[in-house]
Amino acid sequence: MNEVIEFYPILIKGTITTIQLTVLGAILALIVSFIVGLARISSFAAIRVIAIVYLEFFRGSSALVQMFFIYFVLPMWGIYFDALTAGVVACGLNVGAYGSEVVRGAVLAVGKEQHEASKALNYSIYKKYRYVIIPQAIPIMIPTFGNLLIELLKLTAVASLITISDLTFMAQIIRVQTALTLEPFLLILIIYFIIATILVQIVDLIAKKFSKGRNIMTAGDK
Amino acid sequence: MENIIQFENVSKSFGDLQVLNKLNLEVKDGEKLALIGPSGSGKTTILRILMTLETIDDGFVSVNGEYLWHEKNDGKIIPASENHLHKMRDHIGMVFQQFNLFPHLTAIENVQQPQTLIKKKTDAEAKEKAEELFHLVGLGDKKDQYPHQLSGGQQQRVAIARALAMDPKIMLFDEVTSALDPELVDEVLTVLRKLASDSDTTMLTVTHEMNFAREFADRVLFFDSGQIVESGKPESIFSNPTKKRTKEFLKKFINNVN
Repeated sequence: MNEVIEFYPILIKGTITTIQLTVLGAILALIVSFIVGLARISSFAAIRVIAIVYLEFFRGSSALVQMFFIYFVLPMWGIYFDALTAGVVACGLNVGAYGSEVVRGAVLAVGKEQHEASKALNYSIYKKYRYVIIPQAIPIMIPTFGNLLIELLKLTAVASLITISDLTFMAQIIRVQTALTLEPFLLILIIYFIIATILVQIVDLIAKKFSKGRNIMTAGDK
Repeated sequence: MENIIQFENVSKSFGDLQVLNKLNLEVKDGEKLALIGPSGSGKTTILRILMTLETIDDGFVSVNGEYLWHEKNDGKIIPASENHLHKMRDHIGMVFQQFNLFPHLTAIENVQQPQTLIKKKTDAEAKEKAEELFHLVGLGDKKDQYPHQLSGGQQQRVAIARALAMDPKIMLFDEVTSALDPELVDEVLTVLRKLASDSDTTMLTVTHEMNFAREFADRVLFFDSGQIVESGKPESIFSNPTKKRTKEFLKKFINNVN
């Protein structure tokens, strides 16, 4: 084990890369989730269809193949990404597809009476969603977004296959250098687990912040 | 006085169920109107059509001298655009049976936000108006609570303040005490009585509280099967109903008649 610990500088580097992939991927996934999720409930059929095609494509094909496609195939058409960007884009687009379902479900979970109250106060469609519907939908989204964030963290491991030096990549290096197999992988398992635990804590904090003083799920009941 | 609301031959169906059948109705500016009748008789639909929550199938509705569901374009009458509806909604406010407060905002934010977003008031103006209205509905000490921390009666009073904050010419009250526990009904009706006597706003209320209808209204309309069966001053409707269906309906509220 000591031999492996000696490689701590590259393990730290790998951890940072994994966190980078996760955080940047999460930001992209969040943006995609809202755009695609809201497009799904658009009153324009064409926008809804585009959103469904997007969702089904990214949900219905392998994330690893999507990543290979972005990193190896797109350059053939003149679109170049460095490895980290390709990893972030693949993770973000993929998890964003799942996230769009979360956004859509949460927005639809806000009751019809909230739409009617907004209309009675003469809110435009934009103001209704911006100030009434989405603020109530966000607390509903957060727990499921938390699960997706952990999925995203685990998905970043496949980014090692497009030469990104994340934790998994570094474990492979240590394995080759030390001829040890159990130790490096056991170590990164623990590191992944610790990162996941921290992420869960952060999501819980955010959830608390958003639900402070509110009782949205039971509102509308008498 | 001029008619602020006019229904001309308005029909409305939900699937096979016809809720309004060639309805004609005129409401004068400042009039206080109570709509009574059995459930499903179309009373609530009238309010919902005025608030643009339901479309009409046939006929014309006018508000403040303009068509509500239609507009004129090059001399032709066409279905109303969203812009037209937006302009018309400015005249009308509504209070719902289930209050429909925004649960993510405090009581006073519920009253302030629509003023700043829609009436383009400054935060200070909106706050001043909101506090004035909280005083009016007797909730000065509850303004920073969230809706779920308030009783039904308190929530409904916040909802009334929220609708009033928009300064509508017409206020619609849709069974505003039906969702309340019996002991909370009075605190809401007291506010409504005060409003009815102090303001020149036109008010339409759908209610099952016959005593309240009697005190509140200048005119009472008895509805059944999408039509006005009988209309008149509260005294004549409640004391001397002429139509058989009105009599039968009022019998169920026997304690409230005489």
